[in-house]
Amino acid sequence: MTHEKKSAGLRGFSPYRFWGVLPSIEISYLPDLLMGAAGMALFYGLLVVGRTWLGPFTPEVEIRRSPLALPAYAGYSLLRITIAYVLSLAFTFVYGYIAAYNARAERFMIPLLDVLQSIPVLSFLPGVMLAMVALFPGRQLGVEAGAILLIFTGQVWNMAFSFYASLKSIPTEMREAAKVYGFSWWQRFLQMELPFSAIGLVWNSMMSVAGGWFFLMACEMFVLGSRDFRLPGLGSYLQTAASAGDTPSILWGVATMIAVIVLLDQFVWRPVIAWAEKFKVEQVESTETSRSWVLDLIRHSRALAQIRKKTVAPLGERLMLHFAHTHSGEERQKASPWKVWLLRLLLVAVLAAIGYGVVRVAMILSGIQKAELQEAGIGLGATFLRVNVALLIGALWTIPAGVAIGFQPRLARIAQPLAQIAASVPATALFPVVLLLLIRVGGGLGVGSIVLLLLGTQWYILFNVIAGAIAIPTDLKECCSVFRLEGLQRWRKLILPGIFPYLVTGLVTASGGAWNASIIAEYFHFKGQIYTTVGLGATISQATDQGNFNLLLAATMMMAATVVTINRLVWRRLYRLAETRFRLET
Amino acid sequence: MVSSTQNDAIIEAVEIEKSYPQPDGTRIQVVSQTNLSIEPGKIIALLGPSGCGKSTLLRILSGLSKPTAGMLAWHGKPLDGQTPNVAIVFQSFALFPWLTVLENVEAPLEARAVGAVERRKRALRTLDTVGLDGFETAYPKELSGGMKQRVGFARALVVEPEVLFMDEPFSALDVLTAENLRGELLELWLNKKMPTKAIFIVTHNIEEAVMLADRVIVLGRNPARIRSDLNLRLQHPRDRKSPRFLELVDYIYKVMTEPDAEHAPPDAETTAEIVLPAGGLTKDTRRKQPTVVRTTKYQMLPHARVGGIAGLIEFLHDRGGHEDLFRLAEELVMDVEDLLPIIEACVLLGFAWLKEGDVQISPQGSAFAEADIQQRKVLFRQAALEHVTILKQIDSILKRKSDHSINDEFFHDILDEHFAEDEVQRQFETAMNWGRHAEIFDYDRESGRLVQAEPPAPQDTAAESQNSATTPKA
Ligand SMILES: Nc1ncnc2c1ncn2[C@@H]1O[C@H](COP(=O)(O)OP(=O)(O)OP(=O)(O)O)[C@@H](O)[C@H]1O
Ligand SMILES: [Mg+2]
Repeated sequence: MTHEKKSAGLRGFSPYRFWGVLPSIEISYLPDLLMGAAGMALFYGLLVVGRTWLGPFTPEVEIRRSPLALPAYAGYSLLRITIAYVLSLAFTFVYGYIAAYNARAERFMIPLLDVLQSIPVLSFLPGVMLAMVALFPGRQLGVEAGAILLIFTGQVWNMAFSFYASLKSIPTEMREAAKVYGFSWWQRFLQMELPFSAIGLVWNSMMSVAGGWFFLMACEMFVLGSRDFRLPGLGSYLQTAASAGDTPSILWGVATMIAVIVLLDQFVWRPVIAWAEKFKVEQVESTETSRSWVLDLIRHSRALAQIRKKTVAPLGERLMLHFAHTHSGEERQKASPWKVWLLRLLLVAVLAAIGYGVVRVAMILSGIQKAELQEAGIGLGATFLRVNVALLIGALWTIPAGVAIGFQPRLARIAQPLAQIAASVPATALFPVVLLLLIRVGGGLGVGSIVLLLLGTQWYILFNVIAGAIAIPTDLKECCSVFRLEGLQRWRKLILPGIFPYLVTGLVTASGGAWNASIIAEYFHFKGQIYTTVGLGATISQATDQGNFNLLLAATMMMAATVVTINRLVWRRLYRLAETRFRLET
Repeated sequence: MVSSTQNDAIIEAVEIEKSYPQPDGTRIQVVSQTNLSIEPGKIIALLGPSGCGKSTLLRILSGLSKPTAGMLAWHGKPLDGQTPNVAIVFQSFALFPWLTVLENVEAPLEARAVGAVERRKRALRTLDTVGLDGFETAYPKELSGGMKQRVGFARALVVEPEVLFMDEPFSALDVLTAENLRGELLELWLNKKMPTKAIFIVTHNIEEAVMLADRVIVLGRNPARIRSDLNLRLQHPRDRKSPRFLELVDYIYKVMTEPDAEHAPPDAETTAEIVLPAGGLTKDTRRKQPTVVRTTKYQMLPHARVGGIAGLIEFLHDRGGHEDLFRLAEELVMDVEDLLPIIEACVLLGFAWLKEGDVQISPQGSAFAEADIQQRKVLFRQAALEHVTILKQIDSILKRKSDHSINDEFFHDILDEHFAEDEVQRQFETAMNWGRHAEIFDYDRESGRLVQAEPPAPQDTAAESQNSATTPKA
């Protein structure tokens, strides 16, 4: 509703109001003007970025603390996210396509996705950075590419899975229609597969990008042994400000962060969600639709419509006809034998590479000292405890709070967007700030890191609990009132079973996030000092710091194995339970 | 051996078969060796019980899926790889919800690389033909079911297909809309307003087939095979109430429900010429099959729930225990599609039998209808243990096992031997429904275990002895 008001307001400012007598002035000039200005700004931005990236490698970029530098920093961070996102999308299409259409590949691609999703991305940070810097010697591009690659690994898996799942769920008859009418692969992609998977992709993109911020903030500024990598960005700004104990700068930085997230929401996600409405596969029109004033603006722009008509439409037509022409001849020919052989050769090469990697890893692992392993083992226990304490504390306060919010629609309307913003502020951005507070208050990182973990993960639980409480049907609630189920009874019979599936979803996400966050929460460079505690995350960070790659490898694999095991043993079972027993049919 | 081996057939299927691989590595046959040709100038209707393989046959004939054996000829030449000029109208419409009506109709033309101007012209012309002018910019979700299927027709007709295939095109629509659309289709066809040489329509509605078709093919199941093939002689427009129409509907009913019995054929001159009598080519072709491919011999349970069975028996009992099948469907306001499995279940359990298109309640059925809830359980249990193979197996295993319980996997394995994957699930569900009701076992879905149940206590022995005295003849 608010969006409608805004767009009406914009129209109110249009010249049409003031010079109503002049019929030639049209409302849609304003959108055009805005779009033109946006184009110019984009061009300028490209120039600046190009100059910086192709500039010489400056390992210690000086991060200015002036608030005036913030817009540029925010821009750089945003750009990294965007590039990583585009890469993820491309990967998603290729991976999802192969997994969905090649039964043999599917059998190992999907379990692989599950494992990749559980690997703590942050432990890749040192390896990836060093590799990238080596790849682009003497260029700032190397560090940038490292950061981007890292974000990519953080956000790509769930998108790929969503695309794959959508492709698999396209109704048979729709597929058959495309086949019997002889669609080329291009037409099939454009008119069936992409639209069908659009909604899932949009929601997963939102989640992925939010996760991307988390990793970006961590990797914009970090120390690797004697080398100090810095990238100009919001994350490094916040870290620098916290290191200096500069409270006004911290506030400026956090405010910018929130502003960026709100703007992104308004200018990207909401329009995209509103636009994706048309891809809903439903038989009847739903009454409730998402709206976005930005999308309205774009739709009303005449210049954009003209541009579309002159460029996009003819291009689309050309492509469609081109692929239609080539398609009619393509079906008969089988893959030529040399192609088949090439593919086999490639497969053998990949398998050989995997084998080599496994052997090397085994060699490295066998060379690790017992003491180190023992330490990592103890660390594993400590981190395990910490993660679960954080989950427990998170659940303890978010369940009552979430249920209270969810049961009162009026409260929910206010609290939900707030929670959304709170959840999307990357916890890693706030780490330095919280650390500063912790140091002032006193108390070691052993307990402090739990606070840090909590900071990042509680929102997922809260979010899901609210959604679950809202989803409990009203008649069930009324039924409980009729039977005078109160207090504990009410919780046991109605609320907990009702929110269970949502709670599990929230806890799974939170648990994965907490393991990942432990890598930076347990070991911190701050004001020239190192703050650390016992934990697997600390082991990983420390190994990174000291350049002990053997230990780094061992510890990372330990963490990945733990996460995969917990997922298999605990979360997946709870998931199944949630899907079968605690499902509220509507 | 095929009746019509004229050379002008558009599509000719020669000894086609279809089988699907099962998870356990074996294959299950869905369509047994079949010969069929589609000639120009005819509407051919394919009738058959649910799940018998009608859609599978349609997909083979339209080139969508390849037969596992046999050959498909397109104008006398074998069809390999290329897509023939055909179109399909689907039961679920299968429109693209994100494209407007116009874009949906243009899509097949885009695939054939027709230029934008020509494309639009042809699409608009076709939309006009099916009565959709004015809806070009609407999205499918804004349209009613009938209008959606019109878009489906337009999309099919716009490519000027030689054969128009339709897979139950009217079953997702309400009765009146379906009737209306059927009439319009017939009008377009009879007045040669559609650029189509032949129509092949799959349906489970006998009246619909008799209303539209020039030739009706009845399919049997497990695996699908042609049971009967008739050339209709009725003149258009056909009157549903005319004696010839009714005679034909009745005949096809009987062929479908009692395929192995002899039925008095309709008049060949005025009503229908029988190309292939009930039973058809079946017996000898079945024997010819290689033994590698399994066909189902295990008892197949009709998908009916106990509630439906009880309801039907009560209804029959109230009607004096005897009713014409056709009337029964009408009075219950049910599709035959839905009614047939319930009747089959009653017959299988020995509660009723079928004769000449009539349903007759059996003494056991009458006893069941008159009994109270507790007594019904006893009677149902007796009937189930007597007639239902899988329940017999379960009961004897449970009795023999020391802990009187067994995992459901075991029965899945038995069923896997005989049925396709999704059919296994349905067979299992039906068996669980019947078995639990008969109190042969309890079933805990979560642990997947079947546990022997306390048999229901018979209240008076009189009813029981009376019951066992009359042996079923089913
Ligand atoms: N891809 C497949 N794999 C295995 N079995 C299949 C497959 N497709 C269909 N079947 C089986 O083939 C049989 C015939 O299916 P088909 O859809 O052709 O029947 P139908 O007569 O069209 O049924 P309905 O009246 O429900 O539309 C069914 O038992 C089904 O389980
Ligand atoms: Mg079908």
